[in-house]
Amino acid sequence: MNTSMKYALIPVAAALVALAGCTSSPSGADYDKAAAEVMKNSFQDRGIAKVDRLQQDEANRLCSAADVAGKPLDETTAKAIEAANLKTVKMPSDGQFLGDWKEGEKIAQSGRGLTWSDKAGDANGGNCYNCHQISKEEISFGNLGPSLYNYGKLRGATDLNSPAGKAIVEYTWGKLWNSRAYNACSQMPRAGHMGILNEKQIQHVMALLLDPKSPVNQ
Amino acid sequence: MKLTACGAALALGGLIAAGAVHAQGNATLDGIAKYREMLQDGNPAELFEMKGEELWKKKRGPKNASLEQCDLGKGPGVVAGAFVELPKYFKDTGRVQDLETRLITCMETLQGFNAAEIMKTPFGKGEMANVTALATYVATASKGMRFNLSQTHEQEKTMYEVGKRLFFARGGPHDFSCASCHGTDGGRIRLQDLPNLTKNPGDGIGFAAWPAYRVSNAQMWSMQRRLNDCYRQQRFPEPKFGSEATIALGVYMGVNAKSAESIVPAIKR
Repeated sequence: MNTSMKYALIPVAAALVALAGCTSSPSGADYDKAAAEVMKNSFQDRGIAKVDRLQQDEANRLCSAADVAGKPLDETTAKAIEAANLKTVKMPSDGQFLGDWKEGEKIAQSGRGLTWSDKAGDANGGNCYNCHQISKEEISFGNLGPSLYNYGKLRGATDLNSPAGKAIVEYTWGKLWNSRAYNACSQMPRAGHMGILNEKQIQHVMALLLDPKSPVNQ
Repeated sequence: MKLTACGAALALGGLIAAGAVHAQGNATLDGIAKYREMLQDGNPAELFEMKGEELWKKKRGPKNASLEQCDLGKGPGVVAGAFVELPKYFKDTGRVQDLETRLITCMETLQGFNAAEIMKTPFGKGEMANVTALATYVATASKGMRFNLSQTHEQEKTMYEVGKRLFFARGGPHDFSCASCHGTDGGRIRLQDLPNLTKNPGDGIGFAAWPAYRVSNAQMWSMQRRLNDCYRQQRFPEPKFGSEATIALGVYMGVNAKSAESIVPAIKR
């Protein structure tokens, strides 16, 4: 082969075959290792998206492995992930859970931010409508998450200061901050925990979902 | 034909803009379906296919040779049927290759081009644009055929297993994996239908639909480019062109798509 094909180092797949050559065939653990190696070799920094984004935290590592295996995590592991993620939830520093639903609607509409074609410091969107129905007016919504239309109303959150209302407010805040606090392998981004949305933005999205005046609850 | 395509693209642009907020979702989808129908006789991808065929037959490069002796897996010069069996293991390079990396191997060995340099070239530019045209030509020659990737070589099996793991690997600031969007049936982002790529998603869907002409940006996209943009939206760092991750994902999707009919070159939003 021509020498200029510098990329043609020994492929990971070939290395694995050689390694497993003396035994029968590669095991699942061998494939895990090969996949990690391939991941490490195959990506490069571009713009704000650096290769350190490939580092998985414990929850991502365990949930990915469960997805590959095609079976959910065992109860104990799931509970441990939820507990660890619940600990990361920061309640609003000014004690205000709800902002302006109109601002929340804009954040829910926006899917921008954090790709390699975005700039550092650009305002990130919440990506909410990509997966959820939210207000009735917006008919272009995804279906990977449950419908959030009438979110507050359906949960009886008419008086947000009542004990029942407060519980829903706090749960929703936690869910937006770190979705895995309540569902170990949730597919929903951890908006607060991962710094996708800031506290102020989460307050606005909270209002969109829970403010009795929000179109979501009409 | 070019004019017609342009006019239709404008019309579709209007449709999408109107559909985004107020119009009924079904009307938008119907509009897109109608538009695709309109283009049946004039998919701009044909221009890329024609360019690719010319490039295949033309003597080029430092060695002033054509690609007509290129072995895409079915023997030197055999184009028909090659696409629906790729990626596969190649003995001469000792690795699993997809259509695009295999074409670049031929451009190097037969024509004397520098493979590493081509692989570093941005999509749509220079020899990379030629690789996309060549891929469109080769893939189109398998139109109507069914995917049937080999899983006999140990490296092919390994790449499938690696691809599966990459497909489910969650990471980045949004914790996304390929499976976040492409792991269930009937999923949608906004109004965009998402194929379930963990199994055969159906004829002409998913792996069986790329390379495709993209109306929204008037570009011809290869599978490498499709994957590159998936990872961008996934908020991951950039996959290197032809990297093992991209090949492994190709093997995973291609094997899963077994018996799906290729409609390439497809036309997309």
